[in-house]
Parts: sequence; structure tokens; C-alpha cells
Amino acid sequence: MNTQGTAPGPKFPEKNYLNATYGMRSWLLTTDHKRIALLYLASVTFFFFVGGFFAMMIRLHLLTPNGLMLTADQYNRMFTMHGVVMIFFFLIPSIPAILGNFLIPLMIGAKDLAFPKINLLSWYIYIVGGCFTLWALASGGVDTGWTFYTPLSTVYSNSAVAPAVMGVFITGFSSILTGLNFLVTIHTMRAPGMTWFRLPLFVWAHYATSIVMILGTPVVAITLALAAMERIFGLGFFNPAMGGDPILFQHLFWFYSHPAVYIMILPAMGVISELIPTFARKKLFGYHFVAAASLSIAVIGFLVWTHHMFLTGQATYAAVAFSFLTFLVAIPSAVKVFNWTATLFGGSISFDTPMLYAFGFLGLFLVGGLTGLFLGCLGTDINIHDTYFVVAHFHYIMVGGAVMGYLGGLHFWWPKMTGRMYPEWLARIAAFTLFIGFNFTFFPQFLLGIMGMPRRYHVYPPEFQVYNVMSTAGASILAIGYLLPMIYLTWAAFYGKVAGENPWPATGLEWKTQSPPLTENFEVTPVVTWEAYDFHNRPDLGLDVPGGHGSRIVAPAHGDD
Amino acid sequence: MHRTGALFGQFKTLEQQKDTATLGMWIFLVTEVMFFGGIMLAYTINRHIYFHAFAMGSNTLSLTAGTCNTLVLLASSFTMAMGVWSAQTSRKKWVTIFLTLTIVLGFVFFSIKYLEYSQKFHHHLVPGRNFNISYCVDNPSACPDIDAADMAKEREELKAAFAADPDLNAHAQLYYSAYFGMTGLHALHMVIGAGLLFWLLKESFSGRFDAEWNTPVDMVGLYWHFVDIVWIYLFPLLYLIDRHK
Amino acid sequence: MSDEHAEHVVPPGVYAIIILSLLTLTLLTVAAAFVNMGRFNIVAALGIATLKATLVVLFFMHAKYVPKRTKLVIVAGIFWLALLLFMTMSDYISRVDYRGVRFPMTQNITFSVEQNV
Repeated sequence: MNTQGTAPGPKFPEKNYLNATYGMRSWLLTTDHKRIALLYLASVTFFFFVGGFFAMMIRLHLLTPNGLMLTADQYNRMFTMHGVVMIFFFLIPSIPAILGNFLIPLMIGAKDLAFPKINLLSWYIYIVGGCFTLWALASGGVDTGWTFYTPLSTVYSNSAVAPAVMGVFITGFSSILTGLNFLVTIHTMRAPGMTWFRLPLFVWAHYATSIVMILGTPVVAITLALAAMERIFGLGFFNPAMGGDPILFQHLFWFYSHPAVYIMILPAMGVISELIPTFARKKLFGYHFVAAASLSIAVIGFLVWTHHMFLTGQATYAAVAFSFLTFLVAIPSAVKVFNWTATLFGGSISFDTPMLYAFGFLGLFLVGGLTGLFLGCLGTDINIHDTYFVVAHFHYIMVGGAVMGYLGGLHFWWPKMTGRMYPEWLARIAAFTLFIGFNFTFFPQFLLGIMGMPRRYHVYPPEFQVYNVMSTAGASILAIGYLLPMIYLTWAAFYGKVAGENPWPATGLEWKTQSPPLTENFEVTPVVTWEAYDFHNRPDLGLDVPGGHGSRIVAPAHGDD
Repeated sequence: MHRTGALFGQFKTLEQQKDTATLGMWIFLVTEVMFFGGIMLAYTINRHIYFHAFAMGSNTLSLTAGTCNTLVLLASSFTMAMGVWSAQTSRKKWVTIFLTLTIVLGFVFFSIKYLEYSQKFHHHLVPGRNFNISYCVDNPSACPDIDAADMAKEREELKAAFAADPDLNAHAQLYYSAYFGMTGLHALHMVIGAGLLFWLLKESFSGRFDAEWNTPVDMVGLYWHFVDIVWIYLFPLLYLIDRHK
Repeated sequence: MSDEHAEHVVPPGVYAIIILSLLTLTLLTVAAAFVNMGRFNIVAALGIATLKATLVVLFFMHAKYVPKRTKLVIVAGIFWLALLLFMTMSDYISRVDYRGVRFPMTQNITFSVEQNV
């Protein structure tokens, strides 16, 4: 029940991690996982703007069939830098490095991650890698596509391949160290009573993500190192002139880059697994299956990589095997979607902003995932590979899925991170704007792809113009949908209504401590005696129902009403 | 987070801390396995396709140098393990001695490697513009370190290799790409390991490692053994291709 | 979880046996390289190398005495490496061009290339 309208409201805690120490040094040399999360928030948001700028250039240029303002070479650089920055400097770090870093110790009842100094080192490595990429940008960018296919990237390209590749190589280590930290923390730092199957699914999702980071990222590291050595020193693994094989580069590259897309989506799925039970006031349906599905996606995701190479010259027998495995990997994702939907059934649903993003995720991830099946099927892929169908597919998952999860999570945990609530109605308007803008941007691209418009081309036949214009118009609306949260979340961090310990209320351990938390998270190490997402049996959160255990009447969720 | 003695603030017991460090180091080593695995894949495929070029390249490597280096590194793993044992049994003087021995053996490895690398540079066997697999055979005076008998053998092998693969010169660069790539990466890891060993040595002078706390020695030990294992595989893969000819 | 991992001190005697085995195996692998076993030379070489690596992992790195969780991490790492190698090889060994020529292929490529950094 909403009692906050009449009572004076919670007080902002006097001592918390934000004011524990002051000064630049206390932030730049911090080992507090929460401060490091905010450092990442700042730098990741910066790179999001950089990547967004390139997206704007692409969409503006494609307003006319002959291209509005860029040469072919410049256009190549735009889409390459858009991809490199968005994937390696925004999507891969976003949820794990910001929300994961902030929340995992809180969710498991620990004081910090297992290796706090390595956590800080991760951030600095990310910054150094980012600087290398900015250097590549300043030298005119790269024109090879974010996939750096050889021998274009290693021999023939005249662009700043070496610094860009080195930037991505370095940032990979940030990812590896974060994954390492999470894996060890989840294994060894759980509070008493926090058994594996009482963990929030957000933690399971990050556990699975960390497995992918650990096993996949080193492979792209060596691949890019070899590509850099080929470009600089003339080694020859990927150069046909020396007998090398460009397909070998593609194998090595995609061995990581396919699992990388699971690094991008699994954390978002973890967020959704937190949002839906909270805003349906109901235990997540099939907890064990969702946890198992996260692990399955992580493992099977390593077995499908050559579906990116169906048309570049691999053996047909291998292609058949990988196509089958690609269909297989869709199954655990589907299990999750079914379970989230089943959670909604019989729940008491409220439409707070985080839940709007969760609904957006459900619909858009579904479309993105299903269209992946058309691409995974060998016959249809022949027609739609390297067209805008692919571009639309992965944007539905990356933006419609991962970014919606990121924004939903940011909104949900903003009161915990800052101690203050964001403005609810403005946030709902922004969520709708984003959803509408997104669909206008990317749905026409499915149609363009089926009609045959190739990707990475700076011109197109005139009959495709109407859809391109629609897409660009949608992109401007999408941009507003991104800008609004950046503005009001920043405002809310300083001037928003004080949130209190548990404004929703939600059932995770992170909600049993003050907002913002103390530096050491909990005054006393908690002892966990309850199951996850138990909205009926938590008297400590005011979620004890008169009808007793098993009753379906539960207090509805509320935010800043 | 504050530290009380050897215990870092985020942990509750020294046991938990040691457990955590060990798990962390093993997971890091798994990432190293995947890292070297990538270049192993490149090696495997190219060796299979261009066997003659790889065999030719392998035979230009000094078997003595390679075997010596293998024995040296294995010995350094032994001294490292003994260093860990000394720390675990609080034999502080022996920790210093064994760490020193490990570093010395590491530097023996570097010296032999340096000699091998400079020989390759002189013999025009570095992939790139002036690579020439036939350089020494065509200019015996430029390669005085190869004696007449070995030179004759190499000439024979080269003729046979060119007959089997007319494009040998291009493909042999793939072998040397693998050679320099793999041994170079390995050497880089050894340099890092040596740096860590120097740090441990410095700490051991103040007698910091004993039965209660020896985690850094243990962890650097794991890293050093892993680098040794990489060499255990590199040695036969690079030095022992088709030696029975 | 923490009780299983009491500090296990391996006696130097064990280390001595292991290093002697490793040195012997090294000499064995060199000797084996001079015996013509055709296709099995590489099998022997890798087999001996794996045996040496196993000894280092089990005894020098104490893997014999670590908890099950750590053993799982080690096995997973090796398994993933095998995945990378074998699944990529599955592409190369099933390549058949339209004339029915099978892997390994020998191509003659003789054009020269300008390097751009």
C-alpha cells in the first residue's frame, strides 16, 4: 500500500559511499565497487555518445539514394567506428561493469568483490583501450568494418587499423578481469545462507556472462594481436599471398564474437529476471530452468560461430552442423521468454518505468530472436546475409533487448545507487518515445533486407528511399528517447525525491540496506533464510500477507506515485 | 577496505582469502590457455596444409638450443616448486635461495633464446621483406655458424622441399610466423614472470613469506609452471617436425 | 567449502621424482623424433608433451590436492581449447572443391604484395 503520501517520508542517509571520502583521488583511486561502477557509468555513457554520433552520420547520409554527404570511404569509416565503439566500449561493458559491479556484492551479502584493486585496474584498462580507439579516430578512423576481415585490415587498408585493433585488444583485458572477479566473488564471497539456488537470477546471469568472458575474450585477443603483427611486422597467417587463410581469421574472430553477443544479452536477461517478478509481485516461474538456461546459452553459444561465415567459403558439411547448433541455442532463450511470460500470469502487474522497459524487451527480443532463425537457416541465409535484414536482427536484440534491459535496470536501481527517485511520468514518456523511435528505425530495415538492400553500402537503389527515410526519422525519435533519461536521471541523482531503503519494494538483499549504501554495504553481515523472489513470506520487507503463505493477494508495487 | 595484518578487508578469514586467490589464479590461467590456443590453432592448420615448409623451417632450428631451453625451464619449475615448499614450511632463507635459482635459470633461457633469435635475423629468416629460406644455402660465407656438413644436409633438404612445394619461400614464412609468434608470446610471458619473481625476491628478503602467509609465492608459482607448460608444447611443435629425415 | 582446502605441503621427495621424470621424458621425446613413425611422430610428440604437462599440473601446481571446483576449472579450460581446435578443424577437413580434391590443398600463389601500415 502506498503510505508515503501521508507520512513525512524517508530521510537521506547521512553516511554513505558517496560522501565517505572526498576529492578526485578518492574517486580515481577507489577500490569501492560502487564507485567503480559510477566511474564506468561516466565513461560508458561517453562512448555511447561517440558511437551514437556515428550512427547519426550513417542515418543522415542514407536519406538519399546517392548518399547525402559522405564519400564511400568516409561512409565505411562511419559504420566501422559505430560498430567498434558501440560493441566494445558500450554494449559489452554496460550492464556488467555498471550494474554488475554495483549490485553483485550487495546481492550476495558481501562487502566488496573478491579483488577490488583488480576491479579498479579493469576500469583503467578500459580507459587506456578507449584512448587507443580515440587515437584511431583522430587518425581518421578505420574502414574495414568492426569485424576487421583480412587481408583488407592487415594488408590493403589505408586506415588506422593498428591503433584500433590495439584499443580493442587492451579493452578485452578489462572484460577478462571483470569476468574473473565476478566468477570468484560469486563462488567464495556469498553471505551465510545465500545458497546457489537462493541467488537472484541477475547473479546467475552474470555468472554465465563471466564464463563467456573468460573463455572467449582471450581468443579475440590473440586474433587481434596476430592481425596487428601481420599489419606491422608482416607475419602471414591471414594473408593469401603468403599462403595464409582469411577464413582462419574469421574462425578465430567469430569464436569470440559470437559468444560476445551473449555477453551483451545475458546480463540484460538477468535484469529482466529481476524486474518482472518485482512488478508482477510474483515469484519467477521456473527459477531453476532460467538459471540452467543462462548456463546453457553461455555454453552452446560457443558452438555456433561459423553461422557468421556461411557465405564466405567454409565447408558445407561444417555449415550444416553449425546451422543445427544455431537452432539449438535458441531453445534456452525461448525457455526464458516462456518463463518470464508465465511469471506475468496471475500476477499483480504495475506499469512503472522499469516494467515498461521489461515489456519492451519481451516483445523486441522475441522479434530479434525469431529473425535470427531465418539467418541461421542455410537456405534463407543465402538471400539475406549481408543485407539490412541482418542489421535489423541484431539491432532488435542489441538495442531492443540489451539496451532496454540496461535502461530498465538503471531506472530500477537508480534509487539504490543515488538514494533518490527519478520522475516517474517523464520516465514513462521517455520509455514510450524510445520504443516508438526504435521500431520506426529498425522495422523498415527488415523490409529493406528482404527486398535486397545490402549492408555497408554507401548508396542504394532509389526504390528503397522511402524506408530509409522512415528509418532515419525513427532514429531521431530514438535519440530523444536516449537523451531524456540521461537528463532526468542526472537531475534526479541530485534533486529527486528521497527513495528510502526499498521504494518498490523488491525482495533482493540489496534492498535491505540503506540507499545509497554504506561503503562496506552492510552494517552487519546478513544471514539469508529466505528463497529468492518470495513476495509472500517476507515480513522483514512488509510483504507478509494476512492470508498466509500461498495467498495470492500481495501489496502492489509502487514507485514515485 | 582496510587490511589487518595479512587479511584484506573484504574477506572474513585467511582461509577464504587463500581459497579466493587460488581460484582466481586458476581462472586466469584458463584465459591464458585460450590465448595461446588461438595461435596453436593457426599453427595446426598451417602445419597440416604446408607440411614441407614447416618441416624445412623446423630443421633450421638448433635442436641443442631447444633441448637445453626445455631442460632449463623444467629445472626452473622444480626450483619454483621448492621455493613454494620452503615458504610453506617457513624456511625463509631457502625461499630466497630457490627464488634466486629460478630467476637465474630464467635468464639462462633468455640468453639462449636471444642467441637463437639473432641467428634467425642474420640468416634472413624473419617473415617480411627480406625473408629468404635459401639465404644461407646460397650464401654460405654469410652464415659461418653452419658447418659444411650441416650446410650440405640443408642444401639437400631444401632441394627436396622445393620439389614438393614450389612456393616454399612464401609458405615457410608461415612457419616462421608461428615460430616468432609463439616463442615471442612465450618470452613475453616469461619476462612478466621474471618481473614477478624479482618482486617476490625483494619481499623474501624481509622474510615475509611463511607457513601462515605464502599466497604470493604460491600464485606466482602457478603462473611460472603454466609458462613452463606452454614451452613443453612449443618444443616438440616447433623443433621436432620431421627430424628423422 | 573452506575446510576441504587445508594447506597441503608436498614433500620435496615427490618434486625430485617428478623433475627426474620430466627430464627423462624430454630426452625421450628428442630421441623419438629421430625414429621414423610417419604420421605417428606427432602423436608420440604430443603424447609425451601431454604426459609432462600432466605431471607439472598435478604435482608442481598441486592440482592433485585442490578441491573439486578447481579441478573442474582446469578440465573446462582444456575442454574449451579442444573445442576451439577440433570444431575449427571440422571446417578444414571437410573442404571438398568441385573437382573432388580433398584437404590438404596445395595452392600456388605467386603474386607479390605492397604492405600498408
